[in-house]
Amino acid sequence: MLRLERRPQPSRVWVWATPVLAVCLTMIAGGILFAILGKDPVAAIRMIFWDPLFSQQFAAFSRPQLLVKAGPLILIAVGLAIGFRAGIWNIGAEGQYIIGALCAAAVALAFFPSGPADVRLFGTVLFSFDAAPSRWWLFPLTIVAGAAGGFLWAMIPAILKTRFNTNEILVSLLLVYVAEKLLAAASVGWLRNPQGAGFPGSRNLSQFPAVANPEILPGTGMHWGVAIAFVAVIFGYVLLHRHMLGFHVQLAGQAPRAARFAGVAPARLVVFCLGISGLLAGLAGMFEVTGPARMITIDFNVGYGFTAIIVAFLGRLHPVGIVLAGLLMALTYIGGELAQFMLGLPSAAIQVFQGMLLFFLLALDMLSNYRIRLAYREAA
Amino acid sequence: MMDLSSINPVVLVAALMVAATPILLAAIGELVVEKAGVLNLGVEGMMITGAVTGFAFAVTSGNPYLGMVAAATGGALLALIFALLTQYLMANQVATGLALTLFGLGFSALLGQGYSGVSPPRTPRLDFGWLAEIPVLGPIVFRHDPLVYVSIIIVAAVWWFLRYSRAGRILRAVGENHDAAHALGYRVRMVRVAAIAFGGACAGLGGAYLSLIRVPQWTEGMTAGAGWIALALVVFASWRPWRALLGAYLFGGIVTLQLTLQAAGWRIPVEYLAMAPYLVTIVVLVVISSGRARRTLAAPGSLGRPFHAAG
Amino acid sequence: MKRRQLLAGTALALGLASGFGTVALADDPLRVGFVYIGPVGDQGWTFIHDQARQEAEAHFDGRIETTYVESVPYGADAERVMTQMALSGTDMIFATTFGYGPDVNAVAARFPNVAFEHATGYLQEEPNVSLYNARFYEGRAVIGHIAGRMTETNTIGYIASFPIPEVVMGINSAFLHARAVNPDVNFRVVWVYSWFDPAQEAAAAEALIEQGVDVLMQHTDSTAAIRIAQERGVLAFGQAADMSAAAPDVHLTAIINQWAPYYIERIQARLDGTWEARNTWYGIGDGMVGIAPLHERLPDDVRAEAEGMIAAISAGEYHPFTGPINRQDGSPWLAEGEIAPDGDLLGMRFFVEGMTGDVPN
Repeated sequence: MLRLERRPQPSRVWVWATPVLAVCLTMIAGGILFAILGKDPVAAIRMIFWDPLFSQQFAAFSRPQLLVKAGPLILIAVGLAIGFRAGIWNIGAEGQYIIGALCAAAVALAFFPSGPADVRLFGTVLFSFDAAPSRWWLFPLTIVAGAAGGFLWAMIPAILKTRFNTNEILVSLLLVYVAEKLLAAASVGWLRNPQGAGFPGSRNLSQFPAVANPEILPGTGMHWGVAIAFVAVIFGYVLLHRHMLGFHVQLAGQAPRAARFAGVAPARLVVFCLGISGLLAGLAGMFEVTGPARMITIDFNVGYGFTAIIVAFLGRLHPVGIVLAGLLMALTYIGGELAQFMLGLPSAAIQVFQGMLLFFLLALDMLSNYRIRLAYREAA
Repeated sequence: MMDLSSINPVVLVAALMVAATPILLAAIGELVVEKAGVLNLGVEGMMITGAVTGFAFAVTSGNPYLGMVAAATGGALLALIFALLTQYLMANQVATGLALTLFGLGFSALLGQGYSGVSPPRTPRLDFGWLAEIPVLGPIVFRHDPLVYVSIIIVAAVWWFLRYSRAGRILRAVGENHDAAHALGYRVRMVRVAAIAFGGACAGLGGAYLSLIRVPQWTEGMTAGAGWIALALVVFASWRPWRALLGAYLFGGIVTLQLTLQAAGWRIPVEYLAMAPYLVTIVVLVVISSGRARRTLAAPGSLGRPFHAAG
Repeated sequence: MKRRQLLAGTALALGLASGFGTVALADDPLRVGFVYIGPVGDQGWTFIHDQARQEAEAHFDGRIETTYVESVPYGADAERVMTQMALSGTDMIFATTFGYGPDVNAVAARFPNVAFEHATGYLQEEPNVSLYNARFYEGRAVIGHIAGRMTETNTIGYIASFPIPEVVMGINSAFLHARAVNPDVNFRVVWVYSWFDPAQEAAAAEALIEQGVDVLMQHTDSTAAIRIAQERGVLAFGQAADMSAAAPDVHLTAIINQWAPYYIERIQARLDGTWEARNTWYGIGDGMVGIAPLHERLPDDVRAEAEGMIAAISAGEYHPFTGPINRQDGSPWLAEGEIAPDGDLLGMRFFVEGMTGDVPN
């Protein structure tokens, strides 16, 4: 009979070995799946894991794209991880992401020059005009608006929890749906592009240089959101591992009663954890809407807030782990797209593949925290 | 135009019961899971897997009831993946649940590839004869398809089970404090695995209600978020079976009423009204979480916490 | 700003220099990519585009090779997918939803040798971006006429998705033609704020039927509503495809999206080296909007009128938006005999006179 025994310390070897093992197992299981679907399993696996990184054809473009895709995931996941360590479950980051983007877009659009920045026909710029003088403060203001939006949206579950003891998992989740409806209302209503021929969606913020969030260095995928994500990772690491507050967070998660004796105020911790994760999610929304996504649309949110929860756990709630987990998830998205149009794999197969990868990672994670022992059956 | 008299409350009630049944089925299953101290966020994935397995079996066999059994089985099997990961391999429940939804959405789309555009065998409404002709009561109570009744029976059974049966007491004990339950000699893991499988079966049945009766067709992604609503419903119900029924009917009622008011020509701010069910649920949550009712209505003590028998 | 101008200029120069003619060698099949917003199994919008892709591939029999990526959201994801397609040597990309507009133009600027075809959008900033759309309102006029003739309760139900011009235009077209043959007719519009939510569409259909609606129209993707109509014995029309299999007794006809002829035409042009950017808005006459076979339960006179209207629209003799037409508030929109300019239609955000209810905003 097999028995699990908790390790006093997580195993150093297995902490690194399990992700590798999980990826290998996923390749085998995924290969079987692809073979059943009539595709060449080796080619499919290579397409997903290898080509975005190393193929001559794609790598130059795909590698920077990993950062673009992983950036918001990492930024949100770092914030979530702080709360998760304290046992405070914000699963509504998707909603905070949406509200952050909405607030940022609203501020940016309030200052949008009355006409388009340049008028083009078939690629030739007919004439350009700069209605807005260089307003250097506008981009920072937009950032503040995005952060504030996410923060305040997260304050709803925080305040309800501290005031009325309402479960934050559920309130934050419910608020995702409210945020989605607000997004739809904004896209067809108050943020709609007046020159957009009536289509839902806001103006193109990337054409508004004062608020646009383009690549800092062209061709690197590095936009301000990615940069801030890495800042957040460092901040998260220092906070969790080098700061008293981080100690309190850990203590509250592992031994709530002891934390109270140590002088941790539970209410303040709730406000802090939800606030920081909401703020970072709002920032992610802001950098996305002014950068890669360019505008508010009905389907602006593509699930970063939920995927970030998975990323946080895959990264074992450790900032550095989150970076790796975020990049791995991004790789499966980008490689998955390649496999779709190069090999004709349905997107559902990629979803199943990602699901299996997560299952294996979560399942094998046990090895770093537990020892497997052979034991005789004990009398119950 | 703004005429309330054109809205027939009897029809409205009958319609909301139908609209509520899929989420009710999924919610009552999840309620049992959460009562056992487990939070499975994979309801959407289990629902859609049930929708496709039920549809495929019903079409292949020509028998909708066989499809429903298959849907429950399919949902339960998917839930067992969750059980394996969270109960035996100690994986985090929130992350595993989300992964289950991702997996379920993809897996169902693969399974359903040959079934797009196919019509399933009809599920007849139950024939209550003259009972169905009773004014008011007839249309509300006696003119539904079998699953509407099944869902109510499941709610009653869960209520009885949790309240009066020994097994139900054990399940609650496991959910409240798994260490104490373990010390008393109850098999925490077995109880939880059974509860998770039951939750999966109910979610699968809820999905089959959509694909076999409500819509009836198979389309990728057809649950369109119903599983998440079911999760909200469990909380709205404060983990009580009859309140889950009430909540599901209330939610179905808001959806149905909103559409009915529009159909009757009322000018209502649709895009904002669509938020109403979620906001109402939050308000209810606040009310039940605070004040005197709190102690009796709060969440199961061990909800979402992993259990590992030391020693 | 400078850099973008420079890029755009280069793109223009390269685009002109390549002329789209020199790429396809004799033995090398032309690579055509499709980017879809939904899954190909959605039984609606994307499914129909994918059918057309398959038709085109069969038509060219080995001379082209098609690929697709499904469920691609707008924004960064769409831009990345199209870029990767272009990098893989794809010569022509069809982007099949309006939301891809900015993404298509951004990628087109970087790949001047790739021909881009963008469905139902309006952004055309690069010389290698074509737009195509269908005059669905022509089909709506036909079903509006049939509905006006067939209704007994004089109440017609309309399940609408989002209050955008495309949808508003369809409602107006159907309403005008229902009113034209039946002055007592009224429309009940239900907005479901979703393109695809079968359960919600079914509930909307039932709510409308309870309000005395005996003819049902929809501008949403699933067959849920028409299946309810079949069950309740209410007349209905298919959306985007012939849905008669789902509702054999009540499916009077359907407006069919027929993309294949356009795809074949444009791919042929690309093969021939004659492709250039266009802005296409095809209707029934051009074969982009199809009308499914009329149900046998339609009386002969209604059938004849419908066929007459289809013929007149096809021949260009009749435009569904011909004045006099007033706006809902009574202010004049089109004068006697005036034909609606395309720009007015594409930006339509008002109901016409006689409609009840508001366009939400």
